[in-house]
Amino acid sequence: MGKTRLPAVEDWFTIDDEPRLIGTRCTQSGTYFFPPEHTMSRAPGFADSTLERVELSRTGTVWSYTNAGYKPPDPYIPVSDPFEPFVIAAVHLEAEQMVILGQCVAGVTVDDISVGTPMELVLETLYEDDDNEFVVWKWKPIATATPATGSENN
Amino acid sequence: MVEPVAIIGVGMHPWGKWGRNFVEYGVAAIRDALADARIEHTDVQFIAGADTMRNGYPGYVAGATFAQAMGWTGIPVTSAYGACASGVMAIEAARQRILAGLCDVALVVGADTTPKGFLAPAKGERGNDPDWLRFRLLGATNPTYFGLYARRRMDLFGDTEEDFAQIKIKNARNGLNNPNARFRKEYTAEEVAASPMVADPLRLLHICATSDGGAAVILASMEWAKAHGHTNPARISGVSTVTPTFPNVVIDMPNFSTDSAAGLPVAPRSFKEAIGDAAYAQAGIGPDDIDVAEVYDLSSALELDWYEDLGFCAPGDAHKLLRDGHTHMDGRLPVNPSGGLACFGEAVPAQAIAQVCELTWQVRGEATGRQVEGAKTGISANQGLFGHGSSVIVTRP
Repeated sequence: MGKTRLPAVEDWFTIDDEPRLIGTRCTQSGTYFFPPEHTMSRAPGFADSTLERVELSRTGTVWSYTNAGYKPPDPYIPVSDPFEPFVIAAVHLEAEQMVILGQCVAGVTVDDISVGTPMELVLETLYEDDDNEFVVWKWKPIATATPATGSENN
Repeated sequence: MVEPVAIIGVGMHPWGKWGRNFVEYGVAAIRDALADARIEHTDVQFIAGADTMRNGYPGYVAGATFAQAMGWTGIPVTSAYGACASGVMAIEAARQRILAGLCDVALVVGADTTPKGFLAPAKGERGNDPDWLRFRLLGATNPTYFGLYARRRMDLFGDTEEDFAQIKIKNARNGLNNPNARFRKEYTAEEVAASPMVADPLRLLHICATSDGGAAVILASMEWAKAHGHTNPARISGVSTVTPTFPNVVIDMPNFSTDSAAGLPVAPRSFKEAIGDAAYAQAGIGPDDIDVAEVYDLSSALELDWYEDLGFCAPGDAHKLLRDGHTHMDGRLPVNPSGGLACFGEAVPAQAIAQVCELTWQVRGEATGRQVEGAKTGISANQGLFGHGSSVIVTRP
C-alpha cells in the first residue's frame, strides 16, 4: 500500500475515474493524432495548421483482437510468474475515425469479445516497483452490452 | 512502363540456424550468383547491401561490408534498410544505377544472423521510439499484429483456422525439395492445430521463425547482358517501394494507432493494394498475367491477405482460391512454390532478395522439384514495418 500512482508514459492519457487518451487535433484538416503529435500536422498539405490538445472518445468498438500466448521480450515487464496470457484489442473510435491498440483488462479472454464489441477505456497497473505503480490505458468490454457471440476458437 | 533490367545471376546460402557471422552467408550467396552470371567479382561496378540491425556496425553498412569481404575494388556502394523490405530497397538502388546509365553490372546482397525467439527492439530506454514503446506499454510483438489481421479475416470473411493450417501444409509441401529451405517437413492439420497458441488465432506453426541466411542477385543492363552471352535473361520489369497514403486506416507495425480518417478522405486503394499496383504499372501488366507468386507469409493468414491485395481475387475471397486449389502447385496460380517463410523462416535483409532468386529460377525453368510449369511472369510481395512496401515483377518471355 501507499505506492504512488504514475503513468507508464507521460501525457498520453488522463489519470482519473473516467480516463481518456490524450491526442492532438489538426484544426484545419480535422485529423486526430494518437500518440499526440506535437511537431507538425501529419495530414499532407496542412503543415501550418495548429495542433490542439484533445481528449479522445473513451468508448469504441472492437476492430480486431488477439492475445499474447508467450511472454513478450524485453522491454516488456512481466507481471506474473509463470506468465499469464493477456488479450490485446484494436478499438475503433467513431468520432476520431481511428483504431487504437490497448491491452484488455485482466480477466478478459478472446472468448469474451468479437469484432464490434463495445469497449471503454480504463486504467490498470502495468507494472510496479518498490515505491510506485505505473498505470496504462486498457480496454474493457462495456458491461451493459449484449454478450459477445460467435468467434469461438475452434 | 519502365525499361527492364536483366537478372544475370542469383545465389543463396541455405537458410538455417547456423549461428555464424552473417558475412559468411552473404559471401557464399555472392559467389554462387557470380558463378551463375559467369562473371568475376572485378566485373561488378556497384554493390547494394541490405542491412541487418542485429549484427553490429558491419550490419548497418552492409554494402561496404560485402565490398570489403569480396576484396575492395574501388566501386561505389550503398546500404539500404527498410525492415523486411530492405532487400527490395537494395534492388531498387541497383536498378536505378543501371537505368541511369551509371553502371552496367550491379550486385545486390543481404544476409542475416538472427537470435532465437521473437524479434525484439533495440536495447536501452527509448521512450520516443514506438517500436520500443509497443513492447513496454502493450506487450505487442510482431505476431500480435498478425493475430489482429487473422482474427479480422475470420470475423469478416469467414476464414477458419483450418484455412490458415492449409496454407502451412501447402507451403511445407512446396518446400520439401528446396535445397535452400530450412524446414523440410510435411505437416498435418492435426499437428498445426496441436501447436501452442502464440497470438490467437495463430499458433506456433502458423507463424514464421527467424533464420540465418543470405541471398544475392546480379543485375545488368539488357544491352550488357545480351552482349555477354545472356541471350534471354530473366528480367526485373517492375519494382515497388511505395509507402502508405495518409490516412492509413489499417493498423501497421509498430504503431499504436491507425491514422485518423476524420478529416481527410481515405485513398481508394489500401497500402498493401498499392504495393502491387505500383509494380504492375511499371511492368505494364496486371494480376491476370501472373503465373507464380512469392508472397510474405510471416503468418499463414497473411498469405491470404496478399491474394486479395495483389488482385488475384476480390477482398474476402482468398479462402476460396485456397480451398479450390488455385494457389497449390497444380493450380492456375501457385503461390510460394519455394515453400515461403513457412519453410525458410525470415532472414530479414535477405528475404526479399531470396524471393527474387526463386522467381528467377521459376521463369528460367530451373526450380527443380518445385517448378511451376511454363512460368513466364512472377511477382513477389512483402511489407516492412514502418511503412515499407516491397514488390518485384520478374519476367522471361
